[in-house]
Amino acid sequence: MNYPVIVDVTLREGIADPEGATIERALPALGFTGVTNVRAGKSFRLDVEASDEEAALEKAAALAERLLSNPVIENAVARSPGVPK
Amino acid sequence: MTRIGVVIFPGSNCEYDAALAMTQLGVDVDFVWHSVTDLSGFDGIILPGGFAHGDYLRPGALARFSPVMDAVARFAAEGGSVLGICNGFQVLTEAGLLPGALQKNRGLTFISEPTGLVVESTNSVLTHLAVRGQELTIPINHFSGAYTCDDETLEALEGNDQVVLRYRDNPNGSRADIAGVANAAGNVVGLMPHPERAMSTLLGSADGRVLLAGFVAAPRALQASAANAAAF
Repeated sequence: MNYPVIVDVTLREGIADPEGATIERALPALGFTGVTNVRAGKSFRLDVEASDEEAALEKAAALAERLLSNPVIENAVARSPGVPK
Repeated sequence: MTRIGVVIFPGSNCEYDAALAMTQLGVDVDFVWHSVTDLSGFDGIILPGGFAHGDYLRPGALARFSPVMDAVARFAAEGGSVLGICNGFQVLTEAGLLPGALQKNRGLTFISEPTGLVVESTNSVLTHLAVRGQELTIPINHFSGAYTCDDETLEALEGNDQVVLRYRDNPNGSRADIAGVANAAGNVVGLMPHPERAMSTLLGSADGRVLLAGFVAAPRALQASAANAAAF
C-alpha cells in the first residue's frame, strides 16, 4: 500500500540561514509584527509503498537522510500529512 | 606525460576552461563523461564548475550519485590527486570526500568578481608550489559558496592544516573566511575560486597558475617523495 509522507528539511540549529533572516526582516515592513525565529527550508511530498505507515515513515526518513537533506547542515523529519509538525 | 581527466556532468560549464588551463601547463587532458567508472591511466582528476544535474535539490546533491563518483572516491583513496573547483567543490563535500558544506551566500546574491586570497597551507596537491601567506587574486563566480561546518570540524581543519586558502575580504559569509580546504592527506582539494580563469595577466590575473601548476606536478612530486622514502 502507498502511504503519503511529507519530509521537512530545515537548516540545523546554529547554521546561518540568510534566507530566513531576510524574510524575518521584511515582515515588519508589511505590518506583521511579533514574528521571530523564521527558518527557511524545503518540504517534499512522497507516496511511499510500505507494509504500514510506520515502515513508510522509516523508509522516507532513510531516503531523506541519504538524498533529500545534507546532514552536515540540515535536519530532515518525515511525517504523515495529517499529523501537524 | 602527466594526464589529467576533467569530469563532465550534465550541466558542467567550466570544463573547457579547465582543460585549456591544463593544455597551457603542457599536460595531456581528457574529458571524462560522468558515467565513466574507470579512471586508470589518469594522474589527476578535476571536477569543474557549473551546475551538475541542474544543481537540483542542492548543488552537488545529485552529482554525488553519478557513476564516476565511486571511481573518484577510489582514485582518491589510492592517493590520486583530485581537485574540485566551485561546483566541483560542492560535489566533493556532498560526496563526503571533503568535510563541511557550501551554503547560499550571505546576502543571497550571486557574486562574480576577482577576490583576494591568502595561501594558508602548502600541504596539498594544489598549494605545494605556493608560499604560505602568498596573496593571490582569483575570480569567484557562485551563489552557494559560503563554507559551513560545525565547531569540531573547523577545529580539526585548522589543527591538521587543511584550510588551504582564505579570503582576504570575506565576500560570501564563509566560516573562518575559508575559500578552499583539503582532506587530511592533502590529495583531495576543493575551492570556490576559479584558478583556471586566472591563467593570463592579459585577462586580469595569472595567479591561478601557481595552483594549477602545483596540481599537475603533484603526482610526480608524490611519486618522487614515495621513491625517496622507499630508498631510505
